[in-house]
Amino acid sequence: MANTATAHSVASGTADGETRRDFLLHSTVAFGTVGTALAVWPLISSMNPAADTLALSTTEFSLANLQEGQAIIVVWQGKPVFVRYRTPAEIESARNAPMSDLVDPIKDEERVKKDKEKYLILVGVCTHLGCIPLGTKPMDPRGDFGGWLCPCHGSHYDTAGRIRKGPAPKNLAVPPYQYLDDTTVRIG
Amino acid sequence: MSTDNSSTEKSVWRRAFEWHEARLPLVSFIDNAVGTKYPAPRNLNYFWNFGFLAGFVLVLMIMTGVVLAMNYIPHKDMAFDSVERIMRDVNYGWLIRYMHANGASFFFIVVYIHIFRGLYYGSYKAPREVLWWIGIIIYLVMMATAFMGYVLPWGQMSFWGATVITNLFSAIPLIGEPIVTFLWGGFSVDNPTLNRFFALHYLLPFVIFALVFLHVWALHIPGSNNPLGIEVGPADKIPFHPYYTIKDVFGIGVFLLVYFAVVFWGPNMLGDPLNYVVANPLVTPPHIVPEWYYLPFYAILRAIPDKLLGVIAMFGSILVLFVVPWLDTSRVRSANFRPVYRVFFWLFIINGMVLGWCGSQLPEGLPLIVGRICTLYYFLFFFVLMPVIGWMETPKPLPASIGSPALKAAE
Repeated sequence: MANTATAHSVASGTADGETRRDFLLHSTVAFGTVGTALAVWPLISSMNPAADTLALSTTEFSLANLQEGQAIIVVWQGKPVFVRYRTPAEIESARNAPMSDLVDPIKDEERVKKDKEKYLILVGVCTHLGCIPLGTKPMDPRGDFGGWLCPCHGSHYDTAGRIRKGPAPKNLAVPPYQYLDDTTVRIG
Repeated sequence: MSTDNSSTEKSVWRRAFEWHEARLPLVSFIDNAVGTKYPAPRNLNYFWNFGFLAGFVLVLMIMTGVVLAMNYIPHKDMAFDSVERIMRDVNYGWLIRYMHANGASFFFIVVYIHIFRGLYYGSYKAPREVLWWIGIIIYLVMMATAFMGYVLPWGQMSFWGATVITNLFSAIPLIGEPIVTFLWGGFSVDNPTLNRFFALHYLLPFVIFALVFLHVWALHIPGSNNPLGIEVGPADKIPFHPYYTIKDVFGIGVFLLVYFAVVFWGPNMLGDPLNYVVANPLVTPPHIVPEWYYLPFYAILRAIPDKLLGVIAMFGSILVLFVVPWLDTSRVRSANFRPVYRVFFWLFIINGMVLGWCGSQLPEGLPLIVGRICTLYYFLFFFVLMPVIGWMETPKPLPASIGSPALKAAE
């Protein structure tokens, strides 16, 4: 006891007032904190998508049977993907929309592949709170702009899937996809 | 600067803290339990680390178990594959599962040392009998939890272990069979059994957690025992924090080195390879063995050639611990001062290990004979040696206080 007391008072005499004991305490706490964080990381990381989930991240489908004016829903990563064969009138209306009217301005040309402008491929999840907008089936309401209408909170999307009215902040997302041949598409 | 503040005006943080403590004294509660307000004997040796360690392993098991449960499927057709998916596909799933599976083994190692420390230093004696009882209940719940956890991977050993252990209850006269059907929720170990085992395996650790609170509460009424086993006055006590917190943290460091050495380099060392074969209700493996921590009791079960008596002996071998405070008639707690008892105590430890070996062998020939002798010694130790040695033995003189031998030497 007497020894430590002496050592302590001697060490306290340093210019900055830091003792050897303070150094040991601070370095122990620092090591402990970093170590605990590293130890907890595997537990948190295990909640991220597993390898088998990631392996299912692409979907292929065929456009061969899709007729003009029709739309289908493809499942990709557990989410619906809207695939619509647009009529010339629908493409026209999408291209003629003034940029100043758009909430999230982008040209229709940038939302489709070149020479495949008639096929619109979108992630069918409303950017407001994640519901699936109506407008794929023939009898569905399509909103004020002929695209999709989200039934949850009334977001209207146009024939390019862009948000035009309602609470959603962004356009329907365009998933990464490519044409494997003229009528086969791979998403993801 | 801080000293100036406290003498004149408290900082806003200090006042906020005191405001909260006045309403819910959470920090004071912890400080009283394992902090500066819990005076502990100043001579506690490293065997006193194992209570704290057991609590640490319990938390480790709950944390790894919760994330395992997020990926495990308690269905007889999917359980085995879901465990393999954890091993192969889930991020760090292999690490978390190996930590959990080996954590069970290390939990038992820690708890066995903790129990034998109590047995050696007489920590079960007045006034700590209830503390001892709660400890035994924790151990029993732990055994049930570990057993049900072992069933979950739905391998061959899981399935047949579950079959054998649940069938123990069929030894009960008259109502045995209906009880087993009730435990199974069917006419054999099947999907309903797996489902309830999963539910209970998730529940019981939290029951243990609550029991640990009672255990620590019961500990704080008389305070910690110590290696000398004598009553200790305030002069011989030091605050738990920082003296024993730092010692416990150091112990955790050593424990983690050993534990992770096994997790990383021998993760299947303590397990049975047969549990990597999916459960088959139509084929019993040639040799059923429980996990190592049950082996001594398994040996006792098989040592007795009668179904009911074997089951009674097996459960009795643990339940006898409840009456140890009265079977031990000695007035001296610590075996350090009991030259005769001490010899038989260590013989009892070796006896337990030999029983474990017998439990791992086929029940025939030498292992069966040795198993019977060891079973006899096991009960002889508790029911004959403990009371008789307590009466006859002359203990060594006890020091008046922890400090007195040192003071005497200095004179």
